[in-house]
Amino acid sequence: MTDHVSHLDPVAPPMIEIKQLKKSFGSLEVLKDISLAVPRGGVVSLIGPSGSGKSTLLRCVNLLETPSGGSIRVDRQALEFAPGSRLPADKRLAAFRANTGMVFQNFNLFPHMTVLGNVLAGPVVVKGRKKAEVLEFGRGLLAKVGLSDKENAYPASLSGGQKQRVAIARALAMEPQVMLFDEATSALDPELVGEVLGVIRALADEGMTMVLVTHEMAFAREVADRVVFMRGGVVVEDGPARQVIDDPKESATRAFLAHFHGQASD
Amino acid sequence: MHYEWDFSFLSQYKSLIWIGVAYTMGFTVLTSVLGLLVGSVVALGRLAGRIWLTVPLVAFTEVFRCTPVLVQLVWCYYALPVVLGIELSPTSAALITLSCYGGSFYTEIIRGGIRSVERGQWDAGRALGMTRGKLMRNVVLPQAFKQMIPPLVNQTILQLKNTSLVSVLAVPDLLYQGQLITSATYRPLEVYSMVAVVYFVLLLPLTQFARWLEIRLSRSTA
Repeated sequence: MTDHVSHLDPVAPPMIEIKQLKKSFGSLEVLKDISLAVPRGGVVSLIGPSGSGKSTLLRCVNLLETPSGGSIRVDRQALEFAPGSRLPADKRLAAFRANTGMVFQNFNLFPHMTVLGNVLAGPVVVKGRKKAEVLEFGRGLLAKVGLSDKENAYPASLSGGQKQRVAIARALAMEPQVMLFDEATSALDPELVGEVLGVIRALADEGMTMVLVTHEMAFAREVADRVVFMRGGVVVEDGPARQVIDDPKESATRAFLAHFHGQASD
Repeated sequence: MHYEWDFSFLSQYKSLIWIGVAYTMGFTVLTSVLGLLVGSVVALGRLAGRIWLTVPLVAFTEVFRCTPVLVQLVWCYYALPVVLGIELSPTSAALITLSCYGGSFYTEIIRGGIRSVERGQWDAGRALGMTRGKLMRNVVLPQAFKQMIPPLVNQTILQLKNTSLVSVLAVPDLLYQGQLITSATYRPLEVYSMVAVVYFVLLLPLTQFARWLEIRLSRSTA
């Protein structure tokens, strides 16, 4: 097994910078003072038990959830939050999100559009490009995820792995600077996980900046530069992927990883 | 019991009947369009989730949903002048009442349709960078519309039949004309049979169209 080529540039400012991020749902504090930076081309994997806040953190990065405090910067767009602060105006918000691609656990493909229609939704609806202009671009993305023969199919006729690959192509069609994966393989049958992980690995090799929430420890160890272990809304441990997974410093991390015993070792 | 059915006299009232049909259809089209407009505005207002907007809108829909149309018609025509000092012609009183009544039911259908679209669809559209309007037009409404079609058509059928109630305000719809013909000829059986047939002939294509549309729409996502 070869390590993916590192695209990290130590001089450039981080692509994603999260500072003292807080998020509460009513009186429930889900994220407590999270600070995290992801360098350009970096791949960070968020792991932790359910309810640890890792998915909420991911959803905060593209503002599907409104943070209650702290700040988020993705490339050149920065936003600050305070308790009760509102989201920025619709257009600004949309522009912010357009720069980050997101892949969901349940795919969330648009069922009334064909596979190609899903992929072109971003360029055509969001960017206002003509369909004819972006047709080849969309087909190229489908080829990249290995689904050229499915462009006219509707999502309902696809397997879970195929759906998720379309979802990845759809997110890539916005040419985002950052890709966020929220348990992208958790809803898949075990035999379909590999095809999706393969696509994600290829993106990592191209130098895409990515944050992955995942339960695939072996995958995190192999593809991520860094692994962040969260529990109870705080970052417990943050370090190089192999070190955190093979030799965690914190006892909480060790206890969590014990559930995945056998998966993490080659 | 023996009864001599005789429909031949109806032909001399042809023009009255046509006027009635025109009023019934006109009222149906106008109050459906206005009702859909009212329903869309109220539904979107309620989905905005602002309490100062939700309270009056809920009050509006519930008042119209929970009282009989007949009472609303009479109230709008006779009581509004007394309470607010607004004089309305029978036709405009009937138009307003039926539009609001239909609108309050359309509201619930539209709101239900929009809410039936999974949260994940909103997430996906937002994550791509769609503004609220683009998300509604391209993702939510096309899916919600499919859910809405059968109940919307159903409500429009009721709307057409409800127009018969405007006869209490002496608006010359089909039923009112039937009542006129009956009082002139004393042959209610023939007259009301004719009225029923006309309603049926008007509505049957609508129900068939709804069925065809439903099949077509469900096929497009198979």
